[in-house]
Amino acid sequence: MVQLLDQHGVRHPHPEYEVHLGADELLGLYRDMVLLRRFDSEAEALQRKGELGLWAGSRGQEAAQVGAGRATRRHDHVFPSYRDHGAVLTRDIDPLHILSIFRGIDHGGWDPVATGVHPYTLVIAAQMLPAVGYAMGVQRDGAVGTGDPARDTAVVTYFGDGATSQGEAAEALNWASVFNAPVVFVCQNNQWAISEPVARQSTVPLHRRAEGAGMPGVLVDGNDVLAVLAVVGAALERARSGGGPTFVEAYTFRMGAHTTSDDPTRYRLAAEVDAWREKDPIDRFRTYLTGEGILDEEFETRLATESEQLAERLRAGVAAMTDPEPAAMFDHAYAEPHPQVLAERDEFLAAWEQHDAELHAHAGGVA
Amino acid sequence: METMAIGKAINAGLRAAMDRDPRVLLMGEDIGALGGVFRVTDGLQKDFGEDRVIDTPLAEAGIVGTAIGMALRGFRPVCEIQFNGFVYPAFNQITTQLAKLRARSRGRLTLPVVIRIPSGGGIGSVEHHSESPEVLFAHTAGLRVVAPSDPHDAYWMIQQSIASADPVLFLEPERRYWQKGEVDTDLAPGQVAPLHKARVLRAGTDATLVAYGPTTKLALDAAAAAAEDGTDLEVVDLRSISPLDVDTVAESVRRTGRLVTVSEAPTFHGPMAELASRIQESCFYSLEAPVKRVGGYHLPYPVARAEEHYLPTLDRVLDAVEQSLAA
Repeated sequence: MVQLLDQHGVRHPHPEYEVHLGADELLGLYRDMVLLRRFDSEAEALQRKGELGLWAGSRGQEAAQVGAGRATRRHDHVFPSYRDHGAVLTRDIDPLHILSIFRGIDHGGWDPVATGVHPYTLVIAAQMLPAVGYAMGVQRDGAVGTGDPARDTAVVTYFGDGATSQGEAAEALNWASVFNAPVVFVCQNNQWAISEPVARQSTVPLHRRAEGAGMPGVLVDGNDVLAVLAVVGAALERARSGGGPTFVEAYTFRMGAHTTSDDPTRYRLAAEVDAWREKDPIDRFRTYLTGEGILDEEFETRLATESEQLAERLRAGVAAMTDPEPAAMFDHAYAEPHPQVLAERDEFLAAWEQHDAELHAHAGGVA
Repeated sequence: METMAIGKAINAGLRAAMDRDPRVLLMGEDIGALGGVFRVTDGLQKDFGEDRVIDTPLAEAGIVGTAIGMALRGFRPVCEIQFNGFVYPAFNQITTQLAKLRARSRGRLTLPVVIRIPSGGGIGSVEHHSESPEVLFAHTAGLRVVAPSDPHDAYWMIQQSIASADPVLFLEPERRYWQKGEVDTDLAPGQVAPLHKARVLRAGTDATLVAYGPTTKLALDAAAAAAEDGTDLEVVDLRSISPLDVDTVAESVRRTGRLVTVSEAPTFHGPMAELASRIQESCFYSLEAPVKRVGGYHLPYPVARAEEHYLPTLDRVLDAVEQSLAA
């Protein structure tokens, strides 16, 4: 397992993977992780208050998501699953857009074309094949292996340990390999697919799936932001330069529930959670940065303020969210006019207007 | 005017679309050197190269799933599913991703993907080579489902499907691939009927016969046979199963007062059940008889030696017409 920073925050050299970052960049990664955790806890609180219908938390997976996300370039393309908030936020997606999905007013408010971030995909592993296809399109556009960093493009797709059991995941890996597609598969092995442990998904370590597909498989400490950044960064660079796909297994842990509807105490032991708490990705990075004299109290104080401001913005933003116009559901089913949808829209609007008029007449009568 | 078979007409249509737009590419199993098991893509890889006519791994979800990604990158992929019954492994990608991504992205993502499927039976093959899966996809909002019935329509409809910004399932009548007819390749875009419009192929006064894809020829044959007995049938070719051009059928039924539908798809919850329901809504007072449906049975597709009993026949169509006229 590639590890640059052990769980005590001690930095170790690695013969193959290294990162050379300045203090600002290191602090940037730390800030990303701290804000992501604040975002996650605020979202959970909003769900508990009834403001969100559901929340899929990312606590514990900050290093895997931020490390991988910060390894991408602006013109790379990202195909996330539904828990990859950190990876998505590194692409400058407004966190309120993520919350709008879980509030139930939108399927994701961001522009996938402008941001290079595909909408969240809820069907397990279903985003992986489109990611491969997109990468094949990148190849056909000649945007691979030119040596021009502004042109060479990679695709990254995120999925969990449970997703590796899907047939489509196997197809995606094989397909990417056969076509040498510039795609990086980032599997966050967070040990649990709802209540099923990874042992119920696979009898071999997940990154060894890569061998069968014919691509490198790398196991990385998913709670070590520097190692994830280095490994995913190298894989993306390999993809961009025409070297083909890589499978990265980021070994991590989902500290909270699968979603706010889940009760992990029914299926996992507190001892397991406690053991992983010792490996917390934020704590170890803080220890390292403090020890190096990079992180000081002033930065921590400013970051704490920024976290509170973020939480306040989330609360206010969610409170200000309005439900979609009822007839908007008819708007984007098809790109071109579709007689059946148009007829049903008219039918809906007529019923809506009549209902509205009756409501007003009734209110008038009472007054 | 050129005379060609339906399979050749689709080939010519694909070639024209690929010539016109370098973003059009083909993906499927055995579509390159072999030219597809029905030879519909014959010669295209030779002329357009392996990057545009892509022989894929044997994985239908892979074909459709990667086509979605290609479309997101700005290409216009045309997928070939080798046989109708092989589309089911791709069902997830078609229904949860291809059909939904436009709505999910509030119109920001466009998916101009065409999925070509040889459809229907009558070729005497083994299991899963003869199914009519159209209603599964017609029921899925976000897709268009079309079925040409003759070479002229096949030539133009494949090009219209590729040009469409929406995903289109293009159902090719596999037992009619060798059926020849005239194709006018010189029409301007405005001279071709829109993809979703039904066509009146034969005017008549006594009853309306509606069909699509492989049963359109059967409906025309039935009308010719009925004419010998002095019955004058109007024949409408739906061409599109989703959306459904109910207006054209309703207009016909208002004149004839009777409707008989013909499809290979099972009648139970089938596309013609939808048409019959809409026709009784819009033509209740014009109908002289209940709508009659001739189609496949609600069964796993039978073995090849029994399919003649499953598929609608001339006799079954004429019996239904007789019952309609007697009512």
